[in-house]
Amino acid sequence: MREEIIVSGRMNPHIDPHLEIWHWHIPLYLFLGGLAAGILFFAGLYFILGKENKYTGAVRRAPIVVPFLLVIGLLALFLDLRHKLFFWQLYTTIKIQSPMSWGAWTLMGITPLSIVWAALHIREFFPNWDWKFSILKDIEKFFVQYKIVLAWAMVILGVILGIYTGILFSAFNARPLWNTSILGPLFLTSGLSAGAAVIILFAQSKKERLLFAKLDLMLIGIELFLIVHMFMGFQASTQVQIDAASLFLGGSYTAPFWIFVVGIGMIVPAILEILELFHKKIPVIIPVVLVLFGSLMLRFIIAYAGQLSRWLY
Amino acid sequence: MRYAMAIDTKKCVGCSDCVVACQTENNVPIGYCRDWVVEVTDGTYPQLEIEIRSERCNHCDNSPCVRCCPTGASHYEKGGIVTVTAHKCIGCGACIASCPYDARYSHPDGHVDKCTFCLHRIEKGQQPACVAVCPTKCMYFGDLDDPNSDVSQVLKKRKHKTLIPEAGTKPQVYYLI
Repeated sequence: MREEIIVSGRMNPHIDPHLEIWHWHIPLYLFLGGLAAGILFFAGLYFILGKENKYTGAVRRAPIVVPFLLVIGLLALFLDLRHKLFFWQLYTTIKIQSPMSWGAWTLMGITPLSIVWAALHIREFFPNWDWKFSILKDIEKFFVQYKIVLAWAMVILGVILGIYTGILFSAFNARPLWNTSILGPLFLTSGLSAGAAVIILFAQSKKERLLFAKLDLMLIGIELFLIVHMFMGFQASTQVQIDAASLFLGGSYTAPFWIFVVGIGMIVPAILEILELFHKKIPVIIPVVLVLFGSLMLRFIIAYAGQLSRWLY
Repeated sequence: MRYAMAIDTKKCVGCSDCVVACQTENNVPIGYCRDWVVEVTDGTYPQLEIEIRSERCNHCDNSPCVRCCPTGASHYEKGGIVTVTAHKCIGCGACIASCPYDARYSHPDGHVDKCTFCLHRIEKGQQPACVAVCPTKCMYFGDLDDPNSDVSQVLKKRKHKTLIPEAGTKPQVYYLI
């Protein structure tokens, strides 16, 4: 039998025998960023549509968690850096071709935005809230006046943040599993789905809960469609991408991916949401937690499996 | 000016002198390497062929590492040499993930490190350390834009290849075959 044996003298830590440069920080951040993007997108969207009073859970209540999600995500990103004291170099330049630069600047915009939006709606949770200082009251008045601008910014930055979490991976041609443009829309959809799930938790009326259950169901459908397309694309591509896809089609990530991401994270919550639409009593927390779990696992599995996939030479 | 390297796989014996010379010259931390030797055995026993390659950063013309660096720490120096400015590097790892040759590593000090074609030696008119020490003289270094340089001359005469050109990086380390 004809064989090719490659022996390399290189054994650099975290590079060989296969890449291990990104650990839990990046997938955790991608999950939190995508979730934050999803919540802010719906909050902005329904405010622009003039449904603030109809869907208070989406517009006013759920966004309260976003600053916390983003701050934890940013902390994870910071912990991932190996030259931490130089992190400010990110903000000395704008690199159009670098997704990470885009992400850094988007976070710079969306994090304060989410804090302002949460602060504007603090009375949802603390009805007697008083800003105490007149300057803070003036600032609040100013933002209330321009709330529509904030809402538009949230929708636009939300989409950029959601899609960038996927593009961060797909820009790497060196890792064939990541190198698919489907990853951007897939992560955006997954983030929106997770966002819709959290909004279900904060929903104030049955009508709102059912609306977001329907939206979530639709988004899960799109996700499944994108996943199927991703593997079809890989199978029709070059050998390195066929090998990358085989990690999920018989290889070491087959069971975790299809059971945790597709099964428990998408199909089971979709069935539960359908049952809910047919007025069956389903504790709302179950599908929500499953969707969040699936969304988190998707990031972890893609992040780790991607680092296993490589070019052959 | 376009610096490039040509490495003769027919002359290379895989002694790893280039690896040690690089580690010494560039004070590479213990356990790491900027260049390395790969041995590929191909064929059906007993008709086997061995190709020995001294590999390193390919100083690509279309470098994914330079493209994805968010701070501009990874950049092109004169002659197309790809280097990292340590005090601009945040250690995010994007360039490491972007390199199809896995030629970069995270230095224990935190920043990313890689082959520089011994820029500090070239500036003094010397050859890169690996080229200078090679006992079989299997490496050629020079300016591709100069038709009389060692590397231009040898590439004119000999059949050659680059590593995974299909990755679209336009690598500038050539292997004579």
